[in-house]
Amino acid sequence: MLEWIGLLPAFPLAGFLALVLTRGNLPRRIAGVIGVGSIGLSFLLAILISIEFLGSGLESHTQLLWTWMSVGSFTPGFSFYLDGLTVVMLLIISGIGFLIHLYSTGFMADDPGFARFFSYMNLFVASMLVLVLADNLVLLYLGWEGVGLCSYLLIGFWYDNPANGYAARKAFVVTRVGDTSMAIGLFLLFQQLGTLNIQEIMTLAPQQWSEGSGVVVAASALLLGGAVGKSAQLPLQTWLPDAMAGPTPISALIHAATMVTAGVYLIARTHVLFELAPSVQLLVAFVGLATLLMAGFTALTQRDIKRILAYSTVSQIGYMFLALGVGAWSAAIFHLMTHAFFKALLFLASGTVILSLHHEHDIFRMGGMRKKLPVAFWSFVIGSAALTALPFTSGFYSKDAILLAALEQPQYGTLLWLGGVLGAFLTAIYSFRLVFVAFFGEDHTQDAPAHHSHDHAHDDHHHGPVREITGFVMAAPLVILAVLSLVGGFIHVPVDSVFGVHEEHHASTLVHGFMIAVPIVGVLISYLLYSGAPQGRGLQQWLKSVRESAGGGALMRFFFSGWGMDKLYDFLFVRPFIALAQLNRRDLVDQFYGLLVELARIGNRAIVLTQTGYLRWYAISLIGGLVLVIGIGVWA
Amino acid sequence: MPSIPYEHGLILAAILFVCGLIGVLTRRNIVFILMSLEIMLNACGLAFVVGSARWGHADGQIMFLMILTLAAAEVAVGLGLIIQMYRRFHTVDISVLSEMKG
Amino acid sequence: MIVVWLILILFVGGALAWASEALDSRLPRLTALIAMVFSLIFVVMLCLDNFPDQLSPGGQWLVLEKWSWIARFGIFLQVGVDGLSLLMLVLTVFLGLMAIGAAWHEITERPGFFYFNLLWTLAGVVGVFTALDLFLFFFFWEVMLIPMYLIIAIWGHENRAYAAMKFFVFTQVSGLILLIAIMCLAYFHFVQFGRFSFDYFELQNVVLEGRFQMLVMLGFFIGFATKLPAFPLHSWLPDAHSQAPTAGSVLLAGVLLKTGAYGLIRFAVPLFPEAAADFAPVAMTIAVIGILYCAKLAFAQTDIKRLIAYTSVSHMGFVLLGVYAWNIYGLQGALMTMLAHGLTSSALFMLAGGLQHRFHTRDMGKMSGLWAQLPMMSAMALFFSIAALGMPGLGNFIGEFLSLLGAFQANHAAAIVAALGLIFASVYSLWVIQRVFHGPYHTPNHSTDCGSEPARDDPHNHPTDLSRAELLCYSAMALGLVWMGMYPQTFLAMAEPTMSYLLASLGEVLP
Repeated sequence: MLEWIGLLPAFPLAGFLALVLTRGNLPRRIAGVIGVGSIGLSFLLAILISIEFLGSGLESHTQLLWTWMSVGSFTPGFSFYLDGLTVVMLLIISGIGFLIHLYSTGFMADDPGFARFFSYMNLFVASMLVLVLADNLVLLYLGWEGVGLCSYLLIGFWYDNPANGYAARKAFVVTRVGDTSMAIGLFLLFQQLGTLNIQEIMTLAPQQWSEGSGVVVAASALLLGGAVGKSAQLPLQTWLPDAMAGPTPISALIHAATMVTAGVYLIARTHVLFELAPSVQLLVAFVGLATLLMAGFTALTQRDIKRILAYSTVSQIGYMFLALGVGAWSAAIFHLMTHAFFKALLFLASGTVILSLHHEHDIFRMGGMRKKLPVAFWSFVIGSAALTALPFTSGFYSKDAILLAALEQPQYGTLLWLGGVLGAFLTAIYSFRLVFVAFFGEDHTQDAPAHHSHDHAHDDHHHGPVREITGFVMAAPLVILAVLSLVGGFIHVPVDSVFGVHEEHHASTLVHGFMIAVPIVGVLISYLLYSGAPQGRGLQQWLKSVRESAGGGALMRFFFSGWGMDKLYDFLFVRPFIALAQLNRRDLVDQFYGLLVELARIGNRAIVLTQTGYLRWYAISLIGGLVLVIGIGVWA
Repeated sequence: MPSIPYEHGLILAAILFVCGLIGVLTRRNIVFILMSLEIMLNACGLAFVVGSARWGHADGQIMFLMILTLAAAEVAVGLGLIIQMYRRFHTVDISVLSEMKG
Repeated sequence: MIVVWLILILFVGGALAWASEALDSRLPRLTALIAMVFSLIFVVMLCLDNFPDQLSPGGQWLVLEKWSWIARFGIFLQVGVDGLSLLMLVLTVFLGLMAIGAAWHEITERPGFFYFNLLWTLAGVVGVFTALDLFLFFFFWEVMLIPMYLIIAIWGHENRAYAAMKFFVFTQVSGLILLIAIMCLAYFHFVQFGRFSFDYFELQNVVLEGRFQMLVMLGFFIGFATKLPAFPLHSWLPDAHSQAPTAGSVLLAGVLLKTGAYGLIRFAVPLFPEAAADFAPVAMTIAVIGILYCAKLAFAQTDIKRLIAYTSVSHMGFVLLGVYAWNIYGLQGALMTMLAHGLTSSALFMLAGGLQHRFHTRDMGKMSGLWAQLPMMSAMALFFSIAALGMPGLGNFIGEFLSLLGAFQANHAAAIVAALGLIFASVYSLWVIQRVFHGPYHTPNHSTDCGSEPARDDPHNHPTDLSRAELLCYSAMALGLVWMGMYPQTFLAMAEPTMSYLLASLGEVLP
């Protein structure tokens, strides 16, 4: 089977081509079959390949399809590399991709751009598979940019609303900043090592560079730049919340389960470089920590159901970065996997909610949906439990591994651990805030809109009756993902051979108990604050007073705006760029040539003045000239 | 026969030439301009004759004959132009012909 | 002989096209098309005949022919084709076909003379890409300019006289400087070897003192950099492009700009290795400034053709960067950028021309949300914009990536700053898509001040999507870009012997 590895991205690519070349003229049923079927085939193949690969005991398998280009010693190929890490990523991408495609056939059933949607989705899966299969960094970059493009296309899928277009462009440009950093990293690596083949780099790097040498620090820092862009970590995290403008399945697939974790994959894939640059690796940990806390605080204040989930995604990827930064590579990949399960579940469930409530995003205009939307409710409960890392859910095991690894970090272990636990506490509060506000209490769906979130997918709110929209195609993925979210913690991630270490973390019972207790306390607080329970009056009053006090209100607004990062970037980059563009719309250089033309024109006018048309004027100048010339001839 | 010093002849030619030049520059009537031009041509002719007398060489006198024929031709063309101009503008004032100014 | 036939077909075809107008006004375009198809056949024959068996390192010339012309000044009719020239010829003939396609319905006034100019420009370009005698080179250099001037001046848009004059003055002045430099070189050959020579190979033996070499090299550089165009000399391009008819823009952006880059690779560096090496940091700085400055300017434009014109300047900066990096990555990158940019910019200009044809305006502010009405056209615009911003898998990426890779070896700072151009490229490319094709549907009013032309049809209310012929053109170009992006080896292998030869002959001089 292993030689068929090239077909993995080929199926979705063929699906994309089929959908594009028919220009949306296919009947929906056939378009859906092509869109979903191509991913399904990939998934089947991925399973077969994984079984064979894991059974064979091979460490890795490389398959060269063709040499992409051969320039000097630069010979990257369309060449796929399979090892434990790739297998995990392949299964996540094709498996969850398949479920989300299936769900989308229901979610997008009435959309006029049905075929276009699936063509983009298929292209996305193809690019993502290339990204994780690539055996060299250039091919990885192809996948990397490809997923960015699909992300752009899908965020702006409902293109008639300029806000969506803005969000899409923002996502693309902000990640491109990271991509450019990564590209420079590739140039540096190639110049130093003469290859961009990942495995060769991993072998050569320790031979060529000592730990902490300047070049390896620069190279890994540049790669980190790419990773923070794609994975929406500080300081390039601003695009992800806005990316929620796209259809909800997109948010589930691209902006939660797969693409945004590409940064984590990149760092894990090039972990040798980061191990050689401890300062950068520490930076990774602190970037993760800062992001997870920032996003956690922001998520506490959001009203839009998808923005809450978006910030929680940012925060959870922060955990993965934290894990990478403390060298817990397999814990990071483990969390990547469990996060893919439960975040896809949460997003798909939120899609059901949004669709059932006629494109309502504001959780404070839901309320009491527990009875009306039972499937979504249970999905949310299970997903939130896993997200919060309540015991025995999948998130519990992965987050536990990360926090324990953080505690073992020699220099800043305690700090990182405390930050991570605080983040877990915030996670508990904001995720169950969503559950309690949206699914418990009074029904607010008929309230007058108090606050218009700007990124509603559709502006037309038909306030019809609330009826849960679930067919088989939409319910089945939810159920499967819910099961995975619960039991996913027991899946063994076969990556030990990739990272060369088997990670096991031990901690005292006290630490363990504390880590179990914190999320539960968080859920309780959330219950008291948001479910409207009478026991929580005091707390609710306190929250209200904080929100109404000047300082508290300002802090809330500060958190709500994502810590003012958007404004900051607007002020630092966007405005100066636009001002500069406005200022020099007419091209200064062209003005310089205009000046030359003007000078010539002035000279022309001056000389034209001498041409009076009077004969005697010409005669006098003739004679004057003659006298002058003779005079010069005689006396000079 | 006492010969006239050639300086006198040249001075006369120069005076004639300047007279003609002043005429060309100051007159507005095109007929007078043409006449002044003739005076200038004749001044040149005189200078040639004086020169040939001074060096005892016939070239200057041949030159004078050429100038004479040239002047005749020039007058013919010039008068033709004047007639055209008169027909067109009903005047012989040269300053109406300043359309070529820039 | 095949090269001579190629040039003759174009010259004669042009003359026939002009003559045939007297019979029927639809004949010229047919004549032109037939001539182009014949030249395509010749070029393909050239590819198949000699490739790749004769293309061995050291003997990189597929065709090398020489006839006497003005022997007493050492001027010969000397033409040669190697991999580099051949690729440029393929590009030229292919885009020539596209240009005829773009002009097919657009040019209704004096079609005979138009196609005459079109084919003569192409003949000049083919000559430039094949001439190995510098006098002959200069001859063709001028041949391609004057018909182009006429194309802009006669069939251009509202401000055509100004644009055509600007184009003419810029290219003519720089051409004059180039001529002086060529003459100097021939003169120095006379001083050193006792006879004049314009032969490319003989002139490589001329030894020039440091300062003279720099001056003569600068003459070549200015001549080619104006054509490229490089940063401070670029300002003719936006005007020429925005005023030229679509076919003119296609030729300008796709082919004529490439003659500048070709000249740099073929002449400006190999003839003056030391001076070029000294000059490399300056040239790379110019390239970087051009990339960023023109990307920024592109973003500020409202006229869609001006915008694309500025992006052209920005992309040609990568070519300049790659050439002066002067290593195999930089050179191959420059070559790929030339080929890919030829296709993308031509396609984008054709799309802009299509929009102007449909809405009689080039002002992006007046169109919006066209995707709903023109899905195919919008998809094509999206594709080519994405290609222009350097999406991997398409040709432009290969070019820009290799250029930057090469530049990074030579000059870290220049490559890093130039890489920022990738970000800017995404900003302006996506901006166009947003402005024109996304957003709520809106088309311009009937009365427009920009690009006002007599209405040829009435598409205001029901704009028509791409016709089958248009679709064919765009698909061919898109396919070419995918080919370049997924298997650039076809092209890289063709140019490899030439590039290696150039590098080996003076590789030790340059960094």
